[in-house]
Amino acid sequence: MRALLLRDMRLAMRAGGGFGLGLSFFLIVVVLVPFGVGPQSALLGKIAPGILWLGALLACLLSLDRIFALDWEDGSLDLLATAPLPMEAIVSVKALAHWLTTGLPLVLAAPLFGLLLSLPEAGYKPLILSLILGTPALSVIGTFGAALTVSLKRGGLLLSLLVLPLYVPTLIFGAEMARRGIAGVDSTTPMLMLAGITCGTIALLPFASAQVLRANLR
Amino acid sequence: MSLNSLWEYANPRKFIETTDKVLPWVSVLAVLALVGGLVWGFFFTPADYRQGATVKIIYIHVPSALMAINIWLMMLVTSLVWIIRRHHVSALAARAAAPVGMVMTLIALITGAIWGQPMWGTWWAWDPRLTSFLILFLFYIGYIALWSAIEDDDTAADLTSILCLVGSVFALLSRYAVNFWSQGLHQGASLSMDKEEHVADVFYYPLLLSIAGFVLLFISLVLLRTRTEIRARRMRVLLARTRMG
Repeated sequence: MRALLLRDMRLAMRAGGGFGLGLSFFLIVVVLVPFGVGPQSALLGKIAPGILWLGALLACLLSLDRIFALDWEDGSLDLLATAPLPMEAIVSVKALAHWLTTGLPLVLAAPLFGLLLSLPEAGYKPLILSLILGTPALSVIGTFGAALTVSLKRGGLLLSLLVLPLYVPTLIFGAEMARRGIAGVDSTTPMLMLAGITCGTIALLPFASAQVLRANLR
Repeated sequence: MSLNSLWEYANPRKFIETTDKVLPWVSVLAVLALVGGLVWGFFFTPADYRQGATVKIIYIHVPSALMAINIWLMMLVTSLVWIIRRHHVSALAARAAAPVGMVMTLIALITGAIWGQPMWGTWWAWDPRLTSFLILFLFYIGYIALWSAIEDDDTAADLTSILCLVGSVFALLSRYAVNFWSQGLHQGASLSMDKEEHVADVFYYPLLLSIAGFVLLFISLVLLRTRTEIRARRMRVLLARTRMG
């Protein structure tokens, strides 16, 4: 399992795929927003948590099809499937590698980008906390979507169509938690819901993803 | 004909034979109930004292919204049957139902907008019910897109049925998330077991009739589409066989 994790992370970083690209995409989204809505910092500060969450979500989406696509093309996915490792473990490791190379950098970059969007001072802690809690769910759900579309030649568009509706609850609770943190209201409920969704998806979705991969490999 | 088990109808030939007999009746009944319910509702009920004539859209809006949710439930059940017992008819029925469900969702959204414009003063509001219907619509689109994207029939059935299961969980989650996220504008349930809550009797009986019409319409559409699907599949096999020979 460790070997697979290390291999996946090395591939992701060396191929120049997920690692830099997701972050740059996040940056571009954040830069483009003020052009679209105007530079008033009061307005920007108000929408900053939502924009940062949306940007992180879209950047995450961008790198999803890489999770399985390369392994599928060169046949290493078939090898992994016949390996003694259960398919559920492979899927979980893949999701973890995706989170470490995409989700974690996004979380770390978020405060910096919050600065660009004049995020209120009270917002940094809840925003980062909500992203740390929420992005693993994005990776796990995305792995499920990637497993569904792995056999398709150009599955990228379909992948986003399938995954985005599944992202709705995570986005709602994540952004709500950050927003409440800024407003100074108690944000325990959204935080617990967000943590619940993340734990639930980590625990259950790998089984569905593994089942889907098996059907695709048959 | 003795009905030994429901699973007999999982045999495609048996399914076609039975539906040959049932389908004309169901379709005729569907037309009768629909025409009856709508005509009764549109022309022989009084206008509401507050909403005026706009209340009559209820005879389309409520049944289609009801069906939109129940069709997804039916797809969930047929998907489970496919995963557990691997009956092809079941997977095909789920596939046949999805576009009908999508259209029902769309009808509910559009009639709701038409009613909302004069009543709420807006075509659209980010109300929990409205939003969750929009999300349901997205789920239908994804489901249908996945079916049509995958060539191998059995793989497609497997993938879409798992998507339906996972999607159901997330649809429910979204429903609660959306409830939490925004305050409602939409009124309470038009129908419920609790007599106090639902609409007045004058509107109630024609509404029931048109709901029956929508259900029957759905059943006949699904039967028809499943039969088409079975025959199309049979034809493909025959074509492949003649090409080989």
